[in-house]
Amino acid sequence: MDLYKELLIDHWKNPRNFKRLKRATSRVKLVNPLCGDKMTLELKVENGEIADVGFSGTGCIISQAAGSLLTEEVRKLKKLDKICKIDEKEYFKILGTNVVPGRKKCALLAYQALKKALEGNGRQNT
Amino acid sequence: MQNLRKDFPILIKNSLVYLDSAATSLKPQQVIESVASYYSEIGATVHRGIYKSSVIATNLYENTRDQVAKFIGANSAREIIFVRNTTEAINLVAYTWGEKNTQEGDEIITTIMEHHSNFVPWQRLAERKKAKLKVVGLTEDGHLDMENFNRLLSKRVKLICVTGVSNVLGTINPITKITQAAKMVGAKVLVDGAQMAPHMKVDVENLGCDFFAFSGHKMLGPTGIGVLWAREELLNGMEPFLSGGGMINEVTVGDTTYADLPLKFEAGTPNIDGVIGLGAAIDYLNKIGMEKVRSYEEKLVEYGTGVIGEVRGVRVFGPEKTNLRGGVISFTVDKIHPHDLASILDEQNIAIRAGHHCCMPLHGKLGVTSTARASFYIYNTKTDVDRLVEGINKAKKILK
Ligand SMILES: Cc1ncc(COP(=O)(O)O)c(C=O)c1O
Repeated sequence: MDLYKELLIDHWKNPRNFKRLKRATSRVKLVNPLCGDKMTLELKVENGEIADVGFSGTGCIISQAAGSLLTEEVRKLKKLDKICKIDEKEYFKILGTNVVPGRKKCALLAYQALKKALEGNGRQNT
Repeated sequence: MQNLRKDFPILIKNSLVYLDSAATSLKPQQVIESVASYYSEIGATVHRGIYKSSVIATNLYENTRDQVAKFIGANSAREIIFVRNTTEAINLVAYTWGEKNTQEGDEIITTIMEHHSNFVPWQRLAERKKAKLKVVGLTEDGHLDMENFNRLLSKRVKLICVTGVSNVLGTINPITKITQAAKMVGAKVLVDGAQMAPHMKVDVENLGCDFFAFSGHKMLGPTGIGVLWAREELLNGMEPFLSGGGMINEVTVGDTTYADLPLKFEAGTPNIDGVIGLGAAIDYLNKIGMEKVRSYEEKLVEYGTGVIGEVRGVRVFGPEKTNLRGGVISFTVDKIHPHDLASILDEQNIAIRAGHHCCMPLHGKLGVTSTARASFYIYNTKTDVDRLVEGINKAKKILK
């Protein structure tokens, strides 16, 4: 079992930060039309720091577990400038798994949502 | 057909359970060798050379055209046009016959179960011509809604585009009924034969259609070679699709006259090794016999729909009667996304397809964004089906 490591399955079954925020400062909704994965990612930023983060959506295990793992990391890092430094390589480290090219789109949905959400807070992508 | 598995190098090398033949089939050694020997022993182009190897290449190329004509029951090899694949064959018709014969207010009928290949070109033609695209719906059990079809038929309909066999539902469509009805209103019928020609005996004259398109790579042949069959009088009335070398009779500074059929539609140096490989594939299939191919697959699908359908939480799509069903089983498993299922099966060396299989309108109609699909061919066995069922159960356990 390579792809479906326990960590991933755990985050799929018990997603962390699976919620909608009341006063999000940015909100991004992305859809992967090929497989129907949906992801809404919300940030509440105060003074350059994450006050709250949440995601919601439906789709395959990879896309949804990724939402959970990434928002956990965002919460942990807290500072926006650190969060902005997450690149693709770092992202797959956070997921703890490598995906075949055919599943990359599923895996990247949360990452792309985060990047877009950060832009919404006037931050540059790395 | 256990004994023919030895002809497929990929099946010998791996313990692979290959269940994606509706996307593309595996190739037997005989086809691989025919392609290799063209390059190692002949090498020359067709229709040009005065020298021996070119004559041999031309003979092989043109003999395959005869073979294809016989394989699908065409009256003449002049009606066989070599193209890249089904998609190109359909586009050829859309951009030549379609361009010339549809006008504002005309109607084109297609169906909700079409592959994008037999849908998007007509959507675009309709848009260019301000014609209307009408879409035949489905019955509960995954057949074409023929009442709906009959209601849509009128003198305004110029062309009906329908698949012989659905690549998602497996439905075998009543083509002769459709062509008979089409004749009453003077409409032409294009049959997408991509899932039909590889799996059952085809006779275009019996089917009564006007255009028939299929791909070599889904029937043991190489990729990049496909066939358009059309009635000779239609082909004669059509403008060339691509122009340039090979399709001309005479070129002057002011004007060009075109070659006779079929070369009028084969501009440029063709896919010679693809054609030769397709010939070897047809030889291979003929040796088995298309009736036998069909009856073998029918039994396999009957077994497959049975045991897959019995797995708890599985929903199988498409007709229940296996005599109206090709070698395709699409299904979903409760609470498991098809992509996750396919990934977990892949880890057990089982190759299935997951997604919309290039049929987004159909999936919309079925109310799902994607399905898992197992599709069969002559080299698949009940053991493959059993391993798939085991694999599905394993996936359920992992994701419980
Ligand atoms: C029913 C049907 N039509 C058309 C196609 C397109 O075939 P190709 O990609 O070889 O052009 C396929 C397969 O992909 C198919 O299953």
